[in-house]
Amino acid sequence: MSEGLTAEQEMIRDAARTFAQEIVAPRAAEIDRTHDFPADLVRRAAQLDLMGIIVPEEYGGTALGHLAFAVYVEEVAAVSGALAVILDVHSSVGTEPIVDWGSDEQKRRYLPRLAAGEMLGAFALTEPESGSDAASLQTTAERVGDRYVLNGTKTFITNVGVADLYIVMARTGGPGARGISAFLVEKGMKGLGFGQPMHKMGLHGSPTGEILLDDVEVPEENRLGPEGAGFKVAMKALDSGRIGISAQAVGLARGALDLAVEYAKQRVQFGQPIIQFEGIQFMIADMATAVDAARLMTWDAAAACDAAEPFTLLASMAKLFATDTAMTVTTDAVQIFGGYGYIKEFPVERFMRDAKATQIYEGTNQIQRIVIARELLRGD
Amino acid sequence: MNIVVCVKQVPETTAPKEFGPDNRINRAAHEAVVNPFDEYAIEAGLQLKEKHGGEVTILTMGPSGAQDTMRKALAMGADRGLLVSDPALEGSDTWTTAYVLAQALRREEYDLILTGMESTDARTGLVPAALAEQLGLPSLTYASSVEVEDGNVSVRRQVTGGYEEVRGPTPALVSVVKGVNEPRYPSLKGIMAAKRKEITVLDLAQLEIQPDEVGAAGAKTKVLDVTPRPEKQAGQVISPDSPEEAARIIADFLQVNKFI
Ligand SMILES: Cc1cc2nc3c(=O)[nH]c(=O)nc-3n(C[C@H](O)[C@H](O)[C@H](O)COP(=O)(O)OP(=O)(O)OC[C@H]3O[C@@H](n4cnc5c(N)ncnc54)[C@H](O)[C@@H]3O)c2cc1C
Repeated sequence: MSEGLTAEQEMIRDAARTFAQEIVAPRAAEIDRTHDFPADLVRRAAQLDLMGIIVPEEYGGTALGHLAFAVYVEEVAAVSGALAVILDVHSSVGTEPIVDWGSDEQKRRYLPRLAAGEMLGAFALTEPESGSDAASLQTTAERVGDRYVLNGTKTFITNVGVADLYIVMARTGGPGARGISAFLVEKGMKGLGFGQPMHKMGLHGSPTGEILLDDVEVPEENRLGPEGAGFKVAMKALDSGRIGISAQAVGLARGALDLAVEYAKQRVQFGQPIIQFEGIQFMIADMATAVDAARLMTWDAAAACDAAEPFTLLASMAKLFATDTAMTVTTDAVQIFGGYGYIKEFPVERFMRDAKATQIYEGTNQIQRIVIARELLRGD
Repeated sequence: MNIVVCVKQVPETTAPKEFGPDNRINRAAHEAVVNPFDEYAIEAGLQLKEKHGGEVTILTMGPSGAQDTMRKALAMGADRGLLVSDPALEGSDTWTTAYVLAQALRREEYDLILTGMESTDARTGLVPAALAEQLGLPSLTYASSVEVEDGNVSVRRQVTGGYEEVRGPTPALVSVVKGVNEPRYPSLKGIMAAKRKEITVLDLAQLEIQPDEVGAAGAKTKVLDVTPRPEKQAGQVISPDSPEEAARIIADFLQVNKFI
């Protein structure tokens, strides 16, 4: 499984695995039960320098790249899908756009704190009336002198309320994609409010909810990228963000697979451990094969991204396949646990609930197919 | 303040051990890790360095592959590594190990030597005291706290039923118990920095040691036989009628067996 990883990436995997297995795993069920945001675990991740993997070294990060990032997110997701999405959103869509589009001044101001985990990042594109059709968003940013005044409502925002910096897409011009600009909105800016965390099926402990923008004055120097480039900022963020979501899905699938194999070795029916039954063995074989394929697709997209090659197609295919795999594998894991899989005293149902979200966010899997087909139809 | 932490590479600790025909652990059959007890010594060294400044050096006697486990200590924050490695060292016992470490330390300048309380493979706990003896240093073993001030090291020495406060002049050797601190996890920056830290490899000639003084030839002990630990016996099941009775039975048991 470690084939293709450099010695450095292997050490990162070991460090992330130790963090996940020794620090996160003992807390995962409790976080799911209480829905409490695991601030202490985010702090521990920061102490281990896990929050600046995408940030250049000159801004306090480790710049280890997207493959290393995928390796790390998988390890966390294999024990806690909730913490994985908190940390993934922070690093990818919550931080990376500043690396890609930020002015020197914006980089200096925000990246060191994001890399050190002193600030938590978030990404705000979705609105109540604008989901898959993101270019139809209605939040406005009206220019007044040297500032913009933002009004509107964002919804389904991961890290809502706990994040310190929100990358907000808002309309500065006419309708459609070209009328959108991106802004760096800090918690504490006047007029910025948060809704209550939504009651989700899974990913408990990762707060998701509304951002209310009521005449929020954002200085011009907090516009990220040129005016009118906001949709591009968002789409580029989601391109590489999908590598992180794929890794999260691989982690969830792997975590559930490991639990299912362990259980099948112990559970005795008809006088033998159920893993002796071919029906169970075939399920496990299919699950393991899919997990491996999903991981390789994820790493392939990540490697292309790190090599500055086109990777939109690869990332969309990885996201589609890995998240569908996560859903299938976690569902089959529940099946292998039988009735015990369906009750909360056993951990697999949590993986199944957490997995469902991966098929929906950062572009639903229907939208991934649209992206894949569009890439294939493009040009030649 | 310069600190040397003696760190051993041991076979992964949870797996059942395999033995070779010479009754010694077959090390090739196991994944190698930093002796878990030594992680407490490394952490103690790093904390003292953070307080007093100076350098932390990791000293290991082991095969050349031990560099990989030494990197973990360096990733935690130690500054440099010293590895004594020589084919003639194979089969060394506690006394010869202490002798080799002492020879390496005679070339170093240090204020404090730190060790774990024992290693998880052989578990004798003899090397720290033997090392101090050979170097003619005060030996403060089984420390549950370590403090250095004005050229003195003070420890709380864990003993049955309590602790002793022991103080001695530096340079000195201190072995720390498990739980003296919480060893840190290496951070990513630590891992990246560790790649660039220096590990000096020394052989016997450089330490002016004759091959027949060490290894199986120089060992003062010989492992005659190994026997697996007896199977765990079935426990005793009690069915008290009340929580009070249960508490009394447990307290009696602990007292009769001198646990309390
Ligand atoms: C847990 C969670 C966290 C999230 N975090 C964030 C976040 O941090 N930031 C953020 O901006 N958003 C976030 N989202 C929002 C998420 O990205 C959207 O839910 C998603 O883009 C889909 O939008 P929608 O919910 O409005 O569904 P809709 O767009 O209304 O889609 C409904 C259904 O129609 C399908 N559909 C839509 N258009 C087409 C089409 N053209 N062809 C075929 N089928 C189509 C969809 O696939 C889906 O099945 C999060 C969502 C969840 C559940």
